[in-house]
Amino acid sequence: MHIHAYEKLWLAASILLILLLIGSVTYGAVGPGVAMVADSEQPIDAGGLDEDERFSEPRVEQVGENEYAAYVVAYQFGFEPSPIVVPEDSTVTFYVTSRDVIHGFEVVGTNANTMVVPGEVSEITVEIDGSQEYGLLCNEYCGAGHHAMEGKVNVVSQEEFEERNSGGDDA
Amino acid sequence: MSEALETERSFVDKFPEEARVVRAALLSSFLALVLGAIFGIIQTLHRTDVVRIIPSTDYYTLLTAHGVFLAISFTTFFLVGLFTWAVTRSLDRPLVNIRITWTWYTIMAVGMTMTGVSILAGFTDAIDMSADVLFTFYAPLQAHPLFYAGLAVFIVGSWIAGVDWFRTWLAWKRDHPDERIPLQTFMVLTTMAMWYIASSAVAASVLIFLLPWSLGFIDQVSPTLTRTLFWFFGHPVVYFWLMPAYLLWYTVLPKLAGGRLFSDPLARVVFVLFLLLSTPVGIHHQYLDPGIAEGFKFISMTNTMFLLLPSLLTAFTVVASVEYGARQRGGTGLLGWLTDLPWRKPEFTGMMLAGLMFAAGGFSGMVNAGMNINYMIHNTIWVPGHFHLTVGTAVALTFMAATYWIWPQISNKPIYSRSIGLFQVVLWFIGMALMSNAMHAQGIMGVPRRTAEPEYSGFDYPAMFGGFEELNIQIAIGGTLLFVSTVLFISNLVLTMGNPKVSGLAESLPPALSGPDDAPRVLDNLGLWVGIALTLVVLAYALPLAAIINRGGLLGPGVGTYPVWVAPVLDALAGAVTPLVGEVAGSLVGVTP
Repeated sequence: MHIHAYEKLWLAASILLILLLIGSVTYGAVGPGVAMVADSEQPIDAGGLDEDERFSEPRVEQVGENEYAAYVVAYQFGFEPSPIVVPEDSTVTFYVTSRDVIHGFEVVGTNANTMVVPGEVSEITVEIDGSQEYGLLCNEYCGAGHHAMEGKVNVVSQEEFEERNSGGDDA
Repeated sequence: MSEALETERSFVDKFPEEARVVRAALLSSFLALVLGAIFGIIQTLHRTDVVRIIPSTDYYTLLTAHGVFLAISFTTFFLVGLFTWAVTRSLDRPLVNIRITWTWYTIMAVGMTMTGVSILAGFTDAIDMSADVLFTFYAPLQAHPLFYAGLAVFIVGSWIAGVDWFRTWLAWKRDHPDERIPLQTFMVLTTMAMWYIASSAVAASVLIFLLPWSLGFIDQVSPTLTRTLFWFFGHPVVYFWLMPAYLLWYTVLPKLAGGRLFSDPLARVVFVLFLLLSTPVGIHHQYLDPGIAEGFKFISMTNTMFLLLPSLLTAFTVVASVEYGARQRGGTGLLGWLTDLPWRKPEFTGMMLAGLMFAAGGFSGMVNAGMNINYMIHNTIWVPGHFHLTVGTAVALTFMAATYWIWPQISNKPIYSRSIGLFQVVLWFIGMALMSNAMHAQGIMGVPRRTAEPEYSGFDYPAMFGGFEELNIQIAIGGTLLFVSTVLFISNLVLTMGNPKVSGLAESLPPALSGPDDAPRVLDNLGLWVGIALTLVVLAYALPLAAIINRGGLLGPGVGTYPVWVAPVLDALAGAVTPLVGEVAGSLVGVTP
């Protein structure tokens, strides 16, 4: 089979590009440590969230030094808790599940983004920096009121976070 | 000489029956294009808040129709028409049995009508039927059974079409035992082999889970399993749309440029690579899905990156063939030959602009495939920005451009106005450049796809490449230009159909510079390639599917049913039952004392 010299060069450059792209993804995983949403969480009974220890009361709680867990329930057409309040300069792991259909969980303008599938729990860990209010939206079509499904992620100071939580309000 | 040209018989002269099927298929395709374009313009103007003539809850009916009519109906009907032309033309013999040909065409048309009716019924309350589940129909959102049944019927029709072309090839092979498979037929057969593998998963999902579930035979289905089966089909289907465009770029475009295909063997290699690699990549649509291990996602990512190879090779061969054509026409210089190309031909310019857009779409596709940057753009409007370049331009614009070249051969009627045709393809390019670019930019800002109202009450988007509003205006203008372009295309075609028949519209395709004899014979061993393709699919999917079933069971972890079609029925039932219950309760109360 005759392959023109330029064609061979192009072929080599193409394969190099492909290897570079795979390399960049691999670097993103092992260097900066971007982990994918995966199967780390066990399946859950979507119809029984009211009896679930984590999701009967969606909330944010401290789980370690400067580490927090946010248990979030997505439903037609909103998120609980609302707003989700987290402290600045912390590491927050979101555990998101759905009460009904497939939803999306996207903190606008950031890479905190995951599918939310009923029967599964999506786990994503993000680094939070300064105080800011972020929009939260559902980015998967979930029914006729999909466009109204929004929430907020409020990053507040450590003091304000503790103040809010000590009052028994765990939002 | 001129007399010989005049008496050369066109496709319709040689194969009148096949030409009739091709015309019917293309017209079905264009009917879907018209409907899809009407929904498209309403949708663009609604989303960007320029004009909102429908309630936002109906937007999703519109979006489902836009997606299904354009991504399934427009593309597939054009494909079956083009493939029927290509097989008949390249084997130079009629199909084995034209009645079978009409049978699959009819089955496909009936299936698409069923699905279309179930979607469009969503606009009226008079019929208790709708299917607002979008093109991806993710469970547990549930459509009317007619939606799923229609899709199954449509797919079965396409399977019979494939059998028809395979049988025609086998018949040809008996008469030509030692000849290489003609290139166009080779492309059709490899594409159909890929289609059988890919569509088997969605057919299984529909027939085993979704249809019985929508009929009430089973109570629940697994969202992750049905979603994974959808994407098993959902990625190769994009190559099913693209392969007819590739067929045209490889076999027709070089001739339009005034030359011939650079390399027949490389074209075969490219189609074999698509057969092998199109399917074991679908999990890249599920990078952000819970319940699927990261390792499976990584494997899918590497396969996806290697799938760039056949498209990169295509870019070389097509550009080299076009350059050869230009030099044959007297073109010189490093880039000077570009001016010697037939830019006034709508079929040439349309295909070239489509290819240019495909390069841009390829780059945004590399971003999509990059697993960890996928977090930035997943389910944002970046994604429809990407596929309006690929299927919405590389495929759609190539199909429209090719129509200006093929229609005269299959009808003996010259195009009504080739200048309008040229204007139309350029307008599509400009409209899409505006719309798609702004969609990509909004996507990076985090603006979601698939929503009637992307503006929210509680927050604003960060400003980046111009603000949200400004980009909305670009999307609206781009969408409007695309609609005008579609109207021009259809009007031109309708006027063409009114033209009187003439002779002398025959076209021939020259053989490649480096012909099939340079290609190793093993390339034509379809059984071997199908075997390897199946092995790769098993390797890529057996473990993920087993893991999903192992986690949640075959019917999923106790997820409810969310019909977007029986709500009115239930309301009506509740309305009818409540007074009855009241009456019974009342009479009981009356009796008790």
